[in-house]
Amino acid sequence: MALVALALAPLGLKNYGIYLLTLWCVYVMAGMGLNLTVGYAGQMSIGHAAFLGIGAYTAAILMKLGVPFGFVLPVAALNCFLVGLALGFPALRVQHHYLAFATLGFNVLVFLFIRNEEWLTGGTFGIAGIQRPKLFSFSLDSSLSFYYFVLVSTILLAFVLWWIVRSPWGRAFAALRDNPIRAESLGVNIMAYTLLAFAIGAAFAGIAGCYFTALVQFIEPGPFHVTTSLMMLLMVIVGGSGKFFGPMLGAAIVILLPEWLRFMKDWYLVVFGLSVVCLMVWLPGGLLSLQDRFFRKA
Amino acid sequence: MSDFLQLIISGTATGAIYALAALGFTLLWQASGTINFAQGEFVMVPAIVTLLAMSYGLPLWLAFLLACAASMLLLGLGFKRLVVDPLIRHGTIPLVIATLGLSIGVKNLMKSSYSAEAYPFPNLFPATLFSVGDLKISVYDIGTLLLAGAIVFGLQAFLNRTLTGRAMQAVAQNTEAATVLGIDVKRMVLYVFLINALLAAVAALLVTPTYLAKFDMGDTIGLKAFYAAIIGGFNQTRGALLGGVLVGILENLMGAYVSPAYKEGVALMLFLVVILFRPEGLLGRVEERKV
Repeated sequence: MALVALALAPLGLKNYGIYLLTLWCVYVMAGMGLNLTVGYAGQMSIGHAAFLGIGAYTAAILMKLGVPFGFVLPVAALNCFLVGLALGFPALRVQHHYLAFATLGFNVLVFLFIRNEEWLTGGTFGIAGIQRPKLFSFSLDSSLSFYYFVLVSTILLAFVLWWIVRSPWGRAFAALRDNPIRAESLGVNIMAYTLLAFAIGAAFAGIAGCYFTALVQFIEPGPFHVTTSLMMLLMVIVGGSGKFFGPMLGAAIVILLPEWLRFMKDWYLVVFGLSVVCLMVWLPGGLLSLQDRFFRKA
Repeated sequence: MSDFLQLIISGTATGAIYALAALGFTLLWQASGTINFAQGEFVMVPAIVTLLAMSYGLPLWLAFLLACAASMLLLGLGFKRLVVDPLIRHGTIPLVIATLGLSIGVKNLMKSSYSAEAYPFPNLFPATLFSVGDLKISVYDIGTLLLAGAIVFGLQAFLNRTLTGRAMQAVAQNTEAATVLGIDVKRMVLYVFLINALLAAVAALLVTPTYLAKFDMGDTIGLKAFYAAIIGGFNQTRGALLGGVLVGILENLMGAYVSPAYKEGVALMLFLVVILFRPEGLLGRVEERKV
């Protein structure tokens, strides 16, 4: 049902509407990765935009060199996966709020790097004129065909996540989050699994970064600031962390809803911010936990 | 050489301001386990309130007192009652998220209800320079340093010497034991929130002349307070002071000698190194894992 709605959604929309839907898909991909880290493995990460940025810049640089998209995607994912491992290995020794600080610091560092290293990233001028990818010989230049391309990719990625979560691995992640000490005593290697969850989350963001580059065709450091990381974290939590559809709902609230509520201007963020506070007070599990609560009471 | 000393002095002055904001941060953490991501906004709000009051013709000192009162009422008492109290039982993460939300909400509230512009802020101390040998020192730096230093050491003395201060420390160290000893834990925690709000207001008074009063001025100062608190030791009051001053000095030296573009990066590198090798901070104690 929801899929049909998503497939039909862009038909009545102009280019900008389709652009927003595509952007929503991109954030859903990144959000799913973050959800794996935050929701399933229970680690706070405030540096997810850094991985989005690494993915986006890897894609931009390679695509400018004429490397095909089908090749760029795994390279960017692997790149983020490895950076995630390299950051996570020392940072996860400290866990929880310290991990939050370490990822935040990492994000600021990546931001400074892409802003200052002009030879590689174009600095504040960014990288312009990136071509949309081709699917075999089929052009994806029109915004509608590109939307379907991204939508299908998002769905495929969602299946990958579904598989990860349902696999013994994924169950180990959840066990870690719910009771790390017990999980450890049952033979789950806490360190290895958390690291893996973190790195896979990073790889998802890297993939999202590639699609982001292909969507906007011009990238500059702005979208990869810590602010974006905070927004992404809020997306996951507001939607419902640890819930499969949490990031989709959360991304819709952060990306799509402000467009309908244009007349509110900056007041939207005021209401959003304060609603987050209220949500945490009354419904710390996020919007999707409303369902659980309703059914438990009934 | 004199350049170097000048950089150290002005760095220490800036660092002392960071230390003020960081100090509130660590106090909150110790007393209530609150990690306040809205600490930067806690500095921004009193700055704007001071300006607002001055626009009605009040002198700086009166406007500032008003801002302190408003800050303690809203960001001390109000923050505790409305945000922290209902959330603390859910654990750290929902509270962190709530302060993130609060930060976004308050920032944009200021933007839409007050202004999106940056405003100049009156200087407490004159910007005149005086020379000692080769050294040119600005009165502003010295004044800032003295005032911030006096507040930090005054607070230290309060925490260590007075009965209330020691009771507050007891609450921070072991809440159950403090309750058994007949300490009014709730009252002590409230004091901590009030002190945090007050420290943030003073930091606002000192930092706003350089940062300008703007709705997003808190982003930078909040981040710096954060680094400072963690570098020095998240669970040590003295740590915030050391961390703040270190961050201030390193930034200045990096900006002058290595690369202004990576000025922010150096505090960050130190921060990452500390997190990785001494997560309890330079002066901190290791927190034991509670099973």
